[in-house]
Amino acid sequence: MSLSERDELERWIEIIWDQAREFGLDPYPTHFEVVPQHVIYELGAYGLPARFSHWTFGRDYHRQKTSYEYGMSKIYEIVFNTDPCQAFLVEDNSMLSHKFVAAHVLGHCHFFKHNSYFQHTNRRMIEQMRVHAERIAEYEKQFGWREVENFLDTVMTVEMHFDPSAPLVKRKSAEQHEDDRLREGQPMNTDYDDIWNVAGRPDRPKPRARKFPEEPERDLMRFLMEYGRDLEEWQRDIIEIVRSEMLYFLPQMRTKIMNEGFASYWHEKILESLDLTSEEHWEFRRLHSSVLSPSGSRAQINPYYVGFQILKDIERRWDGVMEVGDDEETDWMGRTIARPTGEGRAKLFSVCEEDNDVTFLRRYLTDSLVKKLDLYTYKLQEVDGEKMWVVQDTDWRRVRDSMVDSMTNFGQPILTVEDGDYQRHGELYLKHAYDGKRLDLEYTERVLKNVHRLWGRPVYLESVADDKKIVLKCGDNGEITQEVA
Amino acid sequence: MTEPLYSVSTDAWDLHRRADRDRQRHNDKIKEVIRENLGDIIAQEDIITADRGKIVKVPVRGLELPHIRFDPYDRERVGQGPGGTKQGDIIARGPAEEQGQGTGKKAGQSPGVDYYEAEFSVDELAQMVFEDLALPNLEEKGVKQIMSESAVFNTITKKGIASNLDRKRTLLEAYRRNSRLGNSNKWEVRDEDKRFKNYDIVTEPQRNAVVFAMRDVSGSMGEFEAYICRSFYFWMLQFLKTKYTNTEIVFITCHTEAKEVTENQFFSLGDSGGTRMSSAYKMAIDIIEKRYNPREWNIYPFLFSDGYNWGDSECVELVKKMRDMCNLIGYGEIGSDGWQSTMGFAPLGQAYEEAFEHDQRVVLVKINDKQDVWPALKKFFAKGHPEVAAR
Repeated sequence: MSLSERDELERWIEIIWDQAREFGLDPYPTHFEVVPQHVIYELGAYGLPARFSHWTFGRDYHRQKTSYEYGMSKIYEIVFNTDPCQAFLVEDNSMLSHKFVAAHVLGHCHFFKHNSYFQHTNRRMIEQMRVHAERIAEYEKQFGWREVENFLDTVMTVEMHFDPSAPLVKRKSAEQHEDDRLREGQPMNTDYDDIWNVAGRPDRPKPRARKFPEEPERDLMRFLMEYGRDLEEWQRDIIEIVRSEMLYFLPQMRTKIMNEGFASYWHEKILESLDLTSEEHWEFRRLHSSVLSPSGSRAQINPYYVGFQILKDIERRWDGVMEVGDDEETDWMGRTIARPTGEGRAKLFSVCEEDNDVTFLRRYLTDSLVKKLDLYTYKLQEVDGEKMWVVQDTDWRRVRDSMVDSMTNFGQPILTVEDGDYQRHGELYLKHAYDGKRLDLEYTERVLKNVHRLWGRPVYLESVADDKKIVLKCGDNGEITQEVA
Repeated sequence: MTEPLYSVSTDAWDLHRRADRDRQRHNDKIKEVIRENLGDIIAQEDIITADRGKIVKVPVRGLELPHIRFDPYDRERVGQGPGGTKQGDIIARGPAEEQGQGTGKKAGQSPGVDYYEAEFSVDELAQMVFEDLALPNLEEKGVKQIMSESAVFNTITKKGIASNLDRKRTLLEAYRRNSRLGNSNKWEVRDEDKRFKNYDIVTEPQRNAVVFAMRDVSGSMGEFEAYICRSFYFWMLQFLKTKYTNTEIVFITCHTEAKEVTENQFFSLGDSGGTRMSSAYKMAIDIIEKRYNPREWNIYPFLFSDGYNWGDSECVELVKKMRDMCNLIGYGEIGSDGWQSTMGFAPLGQAYEEAFEHDQRVVLVKINDKQDVWPALKKFFAKGHPEVAAR
């Protein structure tokens, strides 16, 4: 990019910035970096600059780059949730694309700053990840890169099994657990003791069955890190690194549709307000519709498109504009809701603050939107002796529930640690919270072997298959057995 | 608010190539997986029939990191169409029927895909196949040695083509120059800093070698036997042409009479009639005596047959005679009938087994299915240790 182009870009970003503020957007300060295309694919694969090295990131980079080179997809921009935000623009894009992307980026930056699910993220994660990467590189030097890579491979197979509420919940320390246990059954020191303990006071703390963990534990990663047998310190450190990075990415996984929809809503608003030449306006419209169209594969949805249309619909309804086919909106008492005009923008900002994709779809996906977006459920079915993916239902409630269901626990099966001292042999008993969707047993078996490697003792996993309770076991010889209960 | 709320910069990112190392690790991993599955891969018909240099797709399974996930083929999902989609519409073809657990799917097209196809040229695959293979017992022989040429990257120059840019040295030079100017924090790269890797052509003596590819084309050789035969010889030829560029190859087909044929004929000929393998050996000996003086040539005769033959003892005598002229004699027996279940040899193989039990220069293999081709190659062409056993 030439110096004069850079000056022009800077001037435009200033205009866009001011316009965004005028519309009521309040983004973090944002640093824009103009980079070659390949850097964008690299950042996309790693999730953040300076993340630790792993072959899966190299694979993702290669796939995205190849898909771009075959003309199948293109990344225009990438922006990271940090304070200040870091945004990356592609150097060989046109000036109009830069304007388009800068406006889009500011939407994301506002979202990062205001959405409640992002409030506990580490906004200095770039530095944090650089530290992680250095530590892992150091381990590679010390223990050999193959050793470290193998261990990372093992850990990354369970990387989705942390507790999503972990950043919000203050955890009891081991000492507190013990204190609470001793205090249990003891008289409480309050003025109303005589009322609570009418049945008389027990003299000693109740002896309790030893249970470990006391409550089923959702944070398998942390459990393995803290209690895995025979793990070296560097290995525990790697588990914690992977876990904390997944926690950082969690809000993005949970708000993909909203976040993209919100940014798209704003790039349109801001670009429409700019003083564009007619060629630029045409290019903007073309770009806009290429981003906001059904995805090429009919097996997927385009989150940009879906999020954008829902937000536009919310704005319209809260502005009190009725459309043909709109049902009259009623409240829970069946009374007609007459919305005063002009609430649309305010409503958008509050949705952006409060919701995640699950609540967003549950509250705001309507019958007419499902038709407009042409959403449907589909399933594998046999047609004339051949397996085909066949559309099942276009009913909006089915579609909505199916979408929400697939996003529960950010799309991952929920596992809990039920017993860390199973059969008093220090074995690990896990349970899958079965909700009607059965597990891929082939993959599950491979993962269990990895859990066994981390735990150092036999591992069990309880689930359901074909309406029967099953228990998979990975024994010390690495062999998997399956029992039907 | 006094501090600026936005900033723009355009640093030199051209040399930023962090992902390349991890991409290389991924490529290495693909190759590892392929090496582990070579037995399955090399017996694929479409690879054998592909032209040299042609790209073939090789399914790579088991490389992905597994996660505990829902069964991808059991779930209901949500998709999005261009408008007007109705119940019962077919949106994509499902996974193909279990051919070795789902080959034939195209990665990225349908949901739940857990492997992808890596693309390799036949030459690249051949490189991997042959990495651990070598002509056994190869000796320095002959007066007319041919020089083979290969390129070795061993010099650094200031001029060169972009793909040969040595990034590390270039950055180092840039750093040095900037430091000299007192800007030790700057990494600005100029043309004068660029360093390129360059190569030299090195020559090394090639040893003279001739391989006799002999093939039973009698009526008892069925479709399967012919396929295995083709498959084995295809890889053997690729191997020789890749690693021993100056090796001569003599093709002989045989039923009751032996015939010297061209490579094309060798692969396409099917014949009929009885079997007298001794005539193939006789012809080979004749050709050796006329054209390949054993003092000047490393000689490797291979014969593939189903083991049903007239005059087994005559064959044994001829192999004994050849043994003194040759570096290694290979016999491959292809079985698809009752012999297969006992893994034993047919009469001709049995005769060899008895006669050459303790002779490392006569190597026998039995091939019962496609997967045995690779172990057979390894047994014949094991580097250094000829006793590497076939499965």
